[in-house]
Amino acid sequence: MTIFPLPLAEIFGHWGAYVVFLFIGFAFGYVLEIAGFGNSKKLAAQFYFKDFTVLKVMFGAIIVAMSLIFATSALGLLDYNLIWVNPTYLWPGIVGGLIMGFGFIIGGFCPGTSLVAAATGKLDGVFFVLGVLFGIFLFGETVQNFDIFWTSSYMGRFTLPEWLGLSTGTVVLLVILMALFMFWGGEKLEQAIGKKDPKSQPKWRYPAAGVLVLAAIIFMVIGQPTTEDRWNHIAAEKEALLAERAVQIHPGELLDTTHDTKIKTVMIDVREEVDYNLFHILDARHVPLSEIDNPEFISELHFEPANTVFVLMSNDEAAATEAWKILQAESVPNVYILEGGVNGWIATFGDDDLTKRFNSGAGEDQLCYIFDSALGDRYSASEPDPHAHELEYVPKIKLELKRAPTSGGCG
Amino acid sequence: MTTLTGEQTAQKTAVKRTAKDYVDPYYAGILLGVVLFLAFFLTGSGLGASGGLNRMLVFVEDLIAPNHVNRTPYLLAMAGGARNPLDSWVVFVTIGVVFGGIASGWRNGRLKVETNRGPNVSVKMRWMMAFIGGALMGYGARFARGCTSGQALSGGAVLSVGSWAFMFAVFGGAYALAYTMRKFWN
Repeated sequence: MTIFPLPLAEIFGHWGAYVVFLFIGFAFGYVLEIAGFGNSKKLAAQFYFKDFTVLKVMFGAIIVAMSLIFATSALGLLDYNLIWVNPTYLWPGIVGGLIMGFGFIIGGFCPGTSLVAAATGKLDGVFFVLGVLFGIFLFGETVQNFDIFWTSSYMGRFTLPEWLGLSTGTVVLLVILMALFMFWGGEKLEQAIGKKDPKSQPKWRYPAAGVLVLAAIIFMVIGQPTTEDRWNHIAAEKEALLAERAVQIHPGELLDTTHDTKIKTVMIDVREEVDYNLFHILDARHVPLSEIDNPEFISELHFEPANTVFVLMSNDEAAATEAWKILQAESVPNVYILEGGVNGWIATFGDDDLTKRFNSGAGEDQLCYIFDSALGDRYSASEPDPHAHELEYVPKIKLELKRAPTSGGCG
Repeated sequence: MTTLTGEQTAQKTAVKRTAKDYVDPYYAGILLGVVLFLAFFLTGSGLGASGGLNRMLVFVEDLIAPNHVNRTPYLLAMAGGARNPLDSWVVFVTIGVVFGGIASGWRNGRLKVETNRGPNVSVKMRWMMAFIGGALMGYGARFARGCTSGQALSGGAVLSVGSWAFMFAVFGGAYALAYTMRKFWN
């Protein structure tokens, strides 16, 4: 199993985990200061083509962090699924970005750098921080007036490789090449307009760029782990859970869980559409097995709140077990399988009209009851009354702490 | 890095509190990249700044006008009912940034009360511009769901489409207005 990111709250406790963030923030503030980002004149010079420090530091940081993230992911150390990728709200992001761009050139900072400036005694930084607080306050008071726009053009966790239809490794390499090209152009402008001595640029930047490009090519060849690779990593441990029947929950437990107000139950019916239309449990979502590994669907599951339990079902257990393996490989927490599948559910909760039409000739993982019409969830067995059934079962659901961050990017 | 001769070292110690030069931007970029990577590698979240300021502000608002906070959906999500707006990772990153800035400023002799401004701008004017620019930044950062650190740096490194669009919008906005603002900086 991939170890990183660490389940910090599990290791250090809820508030203890924040100490790690304090250290990260400290390092962040320190680096911003030594880069000169506490100085508004240095920041503004970027926009007069004299000093490209802002561009060099920002894109330098992005390509270094990006390379390390996808290299460790390719090596199976880091789980990209558990990393916060800012969800895309395209137009609000662009409008907000333009407003920030204006603020940048008028005020001379961005929020992070103004904190460093204020901390080192720069009074323009202090006034900027006060302005930021005022702007944030204003936003909180006015967002209701345009919340339709503010929540528009939502695309979820949408990445450049998905958008361009290229492999992650290729995109990483292209981003690095683009950044190097911008550095080159920036240096030329610094020389022409900022009158900088080209010899003042460090000599080691060429070998450093070479190492970065070479590493990107190597990791492009290695590639990011597929769902299958990820499953092979964890197969031994997870197959044991399946064999012990630790994740197959009794229909009674599923029924009780759906009526537990502290838990959000998401039922996923992975059967063919025909079977789903004949009979399904009320509120069960239809996602055929072939679509379970769709990245959009997986990221949707990761966005669910921490108290969510996912229950997979097929007619018996075979297809649901396959789906379970995929979701385990993709690090979705709290996934269970309905024991005995939909057949078991009908046997437990179906009335005589339903259960008497048993088809003993049904194949493996096939619906073994006969339906005349596709009534879907309009059966009493689709929403049984939890108080009408006294069922004995061994409860198996244990909520595990969610490892994927539920917020990031200034959340 | 240039090597210092004995004499220069002596001089340097004598004027200990003179501000040192900033480091090379490529070097700083690599360091910042490693910090950003470690943030993701260890915690799964990236970096952030405006979110922390937001939550601190909402904390104060909740002390002054709790009913107002409970009626405003945007604030409610952070401080509704018994929810503590400071109970978030980004608040601690923000606090860390302030201490990191102080530590580096102190070590490199750059802790100094001053106002950085263009040669043709009065101090008061510069303060006013800083406040206005800050207000726009704060407003825009919340509009875009993150600032330069939380969206551009963090989202950029993990290849989010929205973050890249945002980043180009920030640079575009600043360059678009740069000519109009040239008297303030040059």
